[in-house]
Amino acid sequence: MTQDMGMPPEIQVDADLAEDIPAASPPTRESYVRRFLHKPLGVISLAYLLLITLACFFAPLIAPYPALQQDLLNMSAGPTSAHFLGTDQLGRDVLSRLLYGGQITLIGVLVTIVTVLGLSIPIGLAAGYLGGRVDRWVNNAVDLLLSVPSIIIVLAVAAIFTDNLYIIMCTNGIFGAAGVTRVIRSAVLSIREELYIAAARTAGVGDFKIVVRHVFPRVLGPVIVQASVWGGIALGIETGLTFLGIGVAAPAPSWGASVYDASQMIYTDAFMLLPTGGLVAVTILAFAFLGDAVRDTTFEGWSSDIGRGKKWRPWRRRLKSRETVAPDFVDEATSERVIVDKDAALTVSHLSVTYDTGDQSTKVVDDVSFVLRDGEVLGIVGESGSGKSVTALSILGILPRALRISAGRVVVGGRDVSVLSERLMSDIRGSEIAIVFQEPMSCLDPSFTVGSQVAEVVRRHDKVSRRAAKTRAIELFEQVRLPQAANVAKRYPHQLSGGMAQRVCIALALAGRPKILIADEPTTALDVTVQAEILGLLRTIQQETGMSILLVTHDWGVVADLCDRAVVMYAGHIVEDATVEELFQHPYHPYTRGLQLCNPSLVEDGQPLPSIPGTVPAPHNWPRGCRFFDRCSFATPECATSVIALGRSDDGRLVRCLHWRDVASLTSKVSS
Amino acid sequence: MLRLILRRLGRSIPLLLVVSAVSFVIESLVPGDVARDMTLGVATVAQLKALRIKLGLNHPVWYQYLHYLNQLIFHAKLGNDAFSGQPVTTALAPRLPVTLSLVILTTLFCAVVGITLGITSAVYGGGLGKVVDFLAVAGFALPAFWLALVLQNFLTVDHRIFPSIGYVSPSVSVVDWLRSLVLPVLSISMAPLAIIAKQSRDSMMNVLEREYIRTLRACGISKTRILWKHALRNAVTPSLTIVGVVFISALSFSVFAETVFSLPGLGSLAVTAAESHDVPIIEGITMYFTLLVVAVNLILDICYALINPKVRLR
Repeated sequence: MTQDMGMPPEIQVDADLAEDIPAASPPTRESYVRRFLHKPLGVISLAYLLLITLACFFAPLIAPYPALQQDLLNMSAGPTSAHFLGTDQLGRDVLSRLLYGGQITLIGVLVTIVTVLGLSIPIGLAAGYLGGRVDRWVNNAVDLLLSVPSIIIVLAVAAIFTDNLYIIMCTNGIFGAAGVTRVIRSAVLSIREELYIAAARTAGVGDFKIVVRHVFPRVLGPVIVQASVWGGIALGIETGLTFLGIGVAAPAPSWGASVYDASQMIYTDAFMLLPTGGLVAVTILAFAFLGDAVRDTTFEGWSSDIGRGKKWRPWRRRLKSRETVAPDFVDEATSERVIVDKDAALTVSHLSVTYDTGDQSTKVVDDVSFVLRDGEVLGIVGESGSGKSVTALSILGILPRALRISAGRVVVGGRDVSVLSERLMSDIRGSEIAIVFQEPMSCLDPSFTVGSQVAEVVRRHDKVSRRAAKTRAIELFEQVRLPQAANVAKRYPHQLSGGMAQRVCIALALAGRPKILIADEPTTALDVTVQAEILGLLRTIQQETGMSILLVTHDWGVVADLCDRAVVMYAGHIVEDATVEELFQHPYHPYTRGLQLCNPSLVEDGQPLPSIPGTVPAPHNWPRGCRFFDRCSFATPECATSVIALGRSDDGRLVRCLHWRDVASLTSKVSS
Repeated sequence: MLRLILRRLGRSIPLLLVVSAVSFVIESLVPGDVARDMTLGVATVAQLKALRIKLGLNHPVWYQYLHYLNQLIFHAKLGNDAFSGQPVTTALAPRLPVTLSLVILTTLFCAVVGITLGITSAVYGGGLGKVVDFLAVAGFALPAFWLALVLQNFLTVDHRIFPSIGYVSPSVSVVDWLRSLVLPVLSISMAPLAIIAKQSRDSMMNVLEREYIRTLRACGISKTRILWKHALRNAVTPSLTIVGVVFISALSFSVFAETVFSLPGLGSLAVTAAESHDVPIIEGITMYFTLLVVAVNLILDICYALINPKVRLR
């Protein structure tokens, strides 16, 4: 019924953003049992199930009357002091019948659980671990079992094995095993791919031993969850059957029979439906909650809490404002006077983006300011985790839910777009600023032809007929040099190659004739030969249209190829801002210099490739002082203690380093 | 498209064969003696022998099965009712529309309400999200037969809003037909409704996180258009496969609803047949149910192919 129960919750974060977002804290070393005990609903459910089981098991000791004893003076009576839950039509004590009936009912449930697990664990493990033909056969059998309405087969079995509840519940378990086998199989499939399994196999450990020692313990969590879920399902089916009078012969007590007895008094005293059916419902609930608690205990710490159980809110409520920004304004965040460049197509000033997790928030982009001039190609260069993609997304106001702009302004055409309402902002997207992403294939809606998608965007910006939009879409495809444009327009995304898909994405971006194009790692996901073509296309389009391009990349080759100027980002802030020529010939920041030295084309043959030791610190570990301190060969103690500002060098370049002069003098020696 | 249909039909043949064979073999294991059961133990040895020959019980199981298949495929016959001697198909025919009405209405109700609830709760969250969560728990915990009793008690015995038992054919009165089915449908809808609402909510949330949604936003397409054109189309596609699961579970639960509300359908007949060991009838119902599942899965496959270009264009 709920086959998804027991699978780890999916984490849905784009790969290119995930790198900018702090990783979830690793699972604590607290024992499994201790963590389970922190789940009140799970503990209560487990306690309830144990209590019910004990009460039914000891029914002969605690039940006020024998199950079949009739009190002929008090038939069909409501609750009294003699009969806490009243009596049925034959004057039998309902409470006693429920206690005795529980013995039969709960053993029936146990039979189902044992059958489900006994079949699904070995078969699921074998199918997942061995794969190939075994897996195919198991899959076919599972498909077959899942497409039979099991109740009818159960009834057929009941027709043959009269009043043999355990054979009936066993049959039920066979059908249940089908779904559980599938859950175990897919869990094993992912575990099998892990390195330590391959290592054990290479080391000559036998398959059986690997499965028992290494694979099975890992699927134990999902198995317990499934056992609990099937406890609930089996109880529902079992009481249903005994309610119909199938499986247990008439005078014998069972929970289903008690509901049936209650239903016989429906016209006189419908109250009796409540304790009898309620007991069944509460017990099923206990199984369900127990399963949930086990699942949460098993999977907590496996995933960050992004997108789990929270409302999806990409369209964050924004301020409604048409305010335009004066040529110079005072930034509230820093009380600093900001001059808006008249030639600027885009001004980003003191932009900060934070990542909210529950109660705490972490900055991932920290006080970033830069200017993109008309007709300029500006690069944003940095490693994974430097915050460059997040900066790009925040300009368009399309950050994922967990991220928000916490300070700063984004000024486009004299307007601060960071405070615009969603509706006003959507007028700017595509017509003022457009964006091309990294993964072209996943950026196109798989359900529509690429031509209709481009035409839709055309119609969003130009008020034209459908036919005219179609023609314009084909023109755009020609503009991005797609061969047989009219033919390509009729295709679906899955029928395109990566390079073609990226051309379609560029056509989408060009559809609104934007003045600014943001290209977020536009060639990273493509083959090397295609990369050069796409870069060439971007250059041609820039020359044809005169638009400004903001190119986000980690690739210095791309920067050298296309950009006029570049800002270098490191750990969420800008460390250097200069023309490409200056950056390549005289880098002022040790990080920029380090990156240049790593360029393979500068290294002589046979020499080892230099690298910068260490890694970019994660946002929650940013030090107070210089964030590059740990990896810097120029570092002095004062670098670690004081906050380093983005300052002006003597020749007016922007650099965030106390020792830029040392770096500069060194590089001038290298280049001369 | 025709090839797709033929391929799916070809795949369902093993299912039918296996189901019929398994049910046949299980039933041939009957520890009791059908002939003796039928004559209530008052027949002479000679009479019993004659009856066994008449029923074909003197042949080995595989021969009986082949005979059964032959009858089924070439004569569309499912044998005779063990008690009345009436052909099984004749006994089942008038009951089929009842079960079909119940199960199809339940499936439609769950599909429409469940998908709507799931999708809107994914988009707007808040209270609707809690409704889906509640449904998921309630659908799992409340046994269908008990819910049927409570509904029957509350809405028919206490308030007489709906008829408490019985079925009215739509050829007599469409309104009464619907009225007679409202409570049975509601009583067995909880669990399937929960399944489909949860699934379509997860599916919609998953789609909304996709990069193409972000791309459309970045192109300036409005929220409404993105939601109800692009996201909806992509989110509903996987929900279609769940409709098959809903149909199968509705078919299973129909047994309880038909019994509680005294609907003269296949499910209630299966219960009485199980109680009276009427093997040919049970076998016949099994075949009917399996054929229904095959038909519904085929229809869903075709719908799936129609809205999913990846399948259609393969």
